[in-house]
Amino acid sequence: MNKYLERVYNGLIKENPTFVLMLGMCPTLAVTTSAMNALGMGLSTTVVLIFSNLLISLFRKAIPNGVRMPAYIVIVASLVTIVEFIMKAYTPALAKQLGVYIPLIVVNCIILGRAESYASKNPPVLSILDGVGMGLGFTFGLTCIGIVREILGAGQLFGFQILSLKWYTPINIFVMAPGAFLVLAFLVALMSIVRQKMEAKGKPLAEPAGCISGDCAGCSMSATCSEKEKKAADAEEKSE
Amino acid sequence: MSELYHVSSSPHVRAKDTTSRIMLYVIIALLPTSIFGIVNFGYKAAVLILVSVASCIASEWIFNLIVHKKNTVSDLSAVVTGLLLALNLPASLPWWEAVIGSVFAIVIVKMMFGGLGQNFMNPALGARCFLLIAFAADMTNFTVDGYSGATPLALIREQGVGAVNTMNMLIGKTAGTIGETSAIAILIGAMFLILMGVITLRIPGTYIITFVVFISLFGGHGFDIDYIVAELCGGGLMLGAFFMATDYVTSPITPKGQILYGILLGILTGLFRIFGANAEGVSFAIILSNLLVPMIERITIPKAFGQVKEAKQHE
Repeated sequence: MNKYLERVYNGLIKENPTFVLMLGMCPTLAVTTSAMNALGMGLSTTVVLIFSNLLISLFRKAIPNGVRMPAYIVIVASLVTIVEFIMKAYTPALAKQLGVYIPLIVVNCIILGRAESYASKNPPVLSILDGVGMGLGFTFGLTCIGIVREILGAGQLFGFQILSLKWYTPINIFVMAPGAFLVLAFLVALMSIVRQKMEAKGKPLAEPAGCISGDCAGCSMSATCSEKEKKAADAEEKSE
Repeated sequence: MSELYHVSSSPHVRAKDTTSRIMLYVIIALLPTSIFGIVNFGYKAAVLILVSVASCIASEWIFNLIVHKKNTVSDLSAVVTGLLLALNLPASLPWWEAVIGSVFAIVIVKMMFGGLGQNFMNPALGARCFLLIAFAADMTNFTVDGYSGATPLALIREQGVGAVNTMNMLIGKTAGTIGETSAIAILIGAMFLILMGVITLRIPGTYIITFVVFISLFGGHGFDIDYIVAELCGGGLMLGAFFMATDYVTSPITPKGQILYGILLGILTGLFRIFGANAEGVSFAIILSNLLVPMIERITIPKAFGQVKEAKQHE
């Protein structure tokens, strides 16, 4: 696997923002009442993520370290405004459904997290692919939750009635707030089982293919990283 | 070596109480209520009770099988959970909804947190609240003698105390869930539990007294005996106070804590009934208080014998 594809795989499976990194929980719990909402939210976040990664990566040498957060926020907020206007123009129904959660993409921790830990340290093409992977991973996670909640809670899938109401009584709790927590918990547990099975087979998902950031303190994989100790030893040697 | 010499560490004298024995007492104490429910609501109530108990036992057994744990069905706690859950359901509920409730109670509320003794809230009540939100229409459709009607609590809320017959409420000839209607049947079971030493009056007593004080102050009827008796016998208060608030796992073990817990229950129930959106509030009051139990226990740990408060340092 080359390093470009590796980025996409990393975002989709290995460091899936919803099921593994547990980032962006607010939209995950709030807008997954139906598969369509979840997909819409996921895709709009993906678009913002790709462009913010690209821009931040391009400007990474120009942005002074001291004011990098405000700079990132300005970039992300501008992109979100554009996405919001586009959605209001072309998918008004979806925009109305998602409501305040579209402007709130600005403060989505996945976007700032990738900007800080990846795009600000890596070249543009890799950053775009990182955005694609992370965004699709987020979309995948949200849509999974949305599908389960919509089927159980309304007997529908993407708005089509797939379970006839003649014999199926929708379990309303799944389209309400408690249902989001229940479904998320079960899907995360399911993913953990899959990861454990993979590790038992000798194909660990958690191990990074190589050191990405070079900075262990800011790395999300530092808990499971095998190179961490080596790095710490190196750092000590240097300081001596 | 002779077998006469048993070398063992203390304790050498043990009480005969075991989990299954206490659970058996609770089941016996629930029998009058269950029988009355079946008489009052007909065969549907019997079916619901059997279905809930059977699915609770089955889900505990299957869960233990899947996670390779020692089977715990024989401690009878699953039977008690199933029975309590059924008594908290309206008789007209479809049976498969009771199955979903039982699976939720055992698998999600109890076994996933570590089984009996580790559950953070009463499994039967957790499941009841789950069903109440999931199937709101079925859970509030109360039928008695073939026609559906409002529960006494809803009647009091809408039309005042005059709309209900307090005597009927004592005996239990009213609409409601299978087990909550008859105050007398519940009190018979509660007497048995108190006599056998399974529960003390600390939690139910403070619960009921606090509730009476609260509704006399804020209920808008003053200290009106009819109103108070109707509020006490209506809804799940009696069943909740004696059988569910006293659950060993989810109530405080310190005596002071139990009193605090009873007061909290009384205030919450009063708040939910008088100021809440629904006429009923016992189950939400109990599961909310369940969540506060660890904190209540922390602040009410009794002093060990001989322990003295650390003297304040003089400066």
